[in-house]
Amino acid sequence: MSKIKELEDFATQVRRDILRQVHKVNSGHPGGSLGCTEFFTALYQGGVMEHKPEFNMDGKEEDLFFLSNGHISPVFYSVLARSGYFPVDELNTFRLIDSRLQGHPTTHEGLPGIRVASGSLGQGMSVALGAAQAKKLNKDNHLVFSLHGDGELQEGQNWEAIMYAAGNKVDNLIATVDLNGQQIDGSTETVLPMGNMRAKFEAFGWDVMEIEDGNDMQQVLDGLNEAKSRTGKGKPVCVLMTTVMGNGVDFMMHTHAWHGKAPNDEQLETALSQNPETLGDY
Amino acid sequence: MKTYTDTGKKDTRSGFGEGLTELGRTNPNVVALCADLVGSLKMQDFIDENPERFFQVGIAEANMMGIAAGLTIGGKIPFAGTFANFATGRVYDQIRQSIAYSGKNVKICASHSGVTLGEDGATHQILEDIGLMKMLPGMTVINTCDFNQTKAATLAIAEHDGPVYLRFGRPKVANFTAEDQKFEIGKAVRLYEGEDVTIIATGHLVWEAIQAAQKLSEKGISADVINIHTIKPLDAAAIIKSVKKTGCVVTAEEHNFLGGLGESVARTLAENNPAPQEFVATQDTFGESGTPDQLMDKYGLNAEAIIKATEKVLKRK
Repeated sequence: MSKIKELEDFATQVRRDILRQVHKVNSGHPGGSLGCTEFFTALYQGGVMEHKPEFNMDGKEEDLFFLSNGHISPVFYSVLARSGYFPVDELNTFRLIDSRLQGHPTTHEGLPGIRVASGSLGQGMSVALGAAQAKKLNKDNHLVFSLHGDGELQEGQNWEAIMYAAGNKVDNLIATVDLNGQQIDGSTETVLPMGNMRAKFEAFGWDVMEIEDGNDMQQVLDGLNEAKSRTGKGKPVCVLMTTVMGNGVDFMMHTHAWHGKAPNDEQLETALSQNPETLGDY
Repeated sequence: MKTYTDTGKKDTRSGFGEGLTELGRTNPNVVALCADLVGSLKMQDFIDENPERFFQVGIAEANMMGIAAGLTIGGKIPFAGTFANFATGRVYDQIRQSIAYSGKNVKICASHSGVTLGEDGATHQILEDIGLMKMLPGMTVINTCDFNQTKAATLAIAEHDGPVYLRFGRPKVANFTAEDQKFEIGKAVRLYEGEDVTIIATGHLVWEAIQAAQKLSEKGISADVINIHTIKPLDAAAIIKSVKKTGCVVTAEEHNFLGGLGESVARTLAENNPAPQEFVATQDTFGESGTPDQLMDKYGLNAEAIIKATEKVLKRK
């Protein structure tokens, strides 16, 4: 089997995990999770990140990832579990009382793979910057990756971080923005138009590249590897990755309706039929 | 009666600066961050000696708190310094999520707390910061009384694993605690043994409490005086023991009476040993421009106010 086909099969299983997690508790955020499935799969399974599932908070001598838009926890949890960070069966506890899989990711319950709480938006890039600076102080040449929603960039703290990163040449950071054009109240264009994102990052002094189809595994893998090759050159790297929210489930795509809504029994069945079991359900 | 000698007025922020400089020499994991207030926070010596361990973030406190949280991942011990207002209220959610809830070993170092920063006025005079910080689960809250204690506390919090809010100030205040003191987080310091009233003070009002106790003594009132430098975790045992003996208490702090030391003491006593209490604190108000002495007088934050409160509480026994 080709590497890409293997990764696509992994992603299909992750989509099932996302749908089943949110369906079980009738809450959570499937839309953005489904849209970023290829990204997480490439990062953790595609060899983009050098990472250690025997988790250590300090993360020395490995690449680190920070999820800023914490509401897409279902995809993060599935990929972490299926990458060996914690038992896949634990996905059964998503959003339940006494679970390590809180609605939004947190270090508080000690879930391996999570290095900071996120959910209140706009804070992840600052934390990623700190971790990247610590790597430089430690003479650790590994990279820091982060993911941000496009709507999330409406939070002002991001622009403090974006200015700081370029001004301080934090060139061991790859910040990816999920451009799905949707947020809770509608499209980003109707809620608060954000203009030309590439021009904005470039104006702040970042090296900006694009992944045109963030739901095409080959493109995502190539794009992230290209981003890695651009690190260490005096500029932070921004990857503008266009995705389709709800990708992989026909009735969830091209709408903000499934941002934070779980499918009912019938909808789940339809959604799962479009994503056949590949690695075995938990 | 024991005398406490002011060895010369000094600002507590300089105690922080000296402590940080010493940490720079002794602890290679200590790093510092500042949001465009290096001079005010007295961080320049640390920066001169450890330029690679200093992060100037500009006027962007939210980003500073996040960067500080991130620096802990990799084993650094970040000391993030700015004015108390911008170190708490402005960035509450960043502290809440990225530092406190995430359990990050960040030291939030807040100068210019309270009204006594003086002429800048109420926009800069936060009187709510102790309340904001003590409500965060896992946050240690320290408010030091003088230069020596602030330096000692700065050294001590580097050894403590967990988020800390260290509060100090701008004006020069009496420096009377021992230069070589050992700072124990969460441990009250008994300054006077007395029988009639317990006076519990924090920050530079501890010096005012000492002055008040001496004047009360002349009137035949003996005060048990306690210096509470750690508001959370509070040394409940020391407070309960004292108030069991005296039967009443006056708390004194440069903070709103809502959310400050006084409320923590009141809760402790309500649960363990209910007693009449008077609050020397600001009365749910903003501050204003003026000199520190004028402001302490107008807002009732000095020895005279402590004496009045004591006389009032004694009548309620």
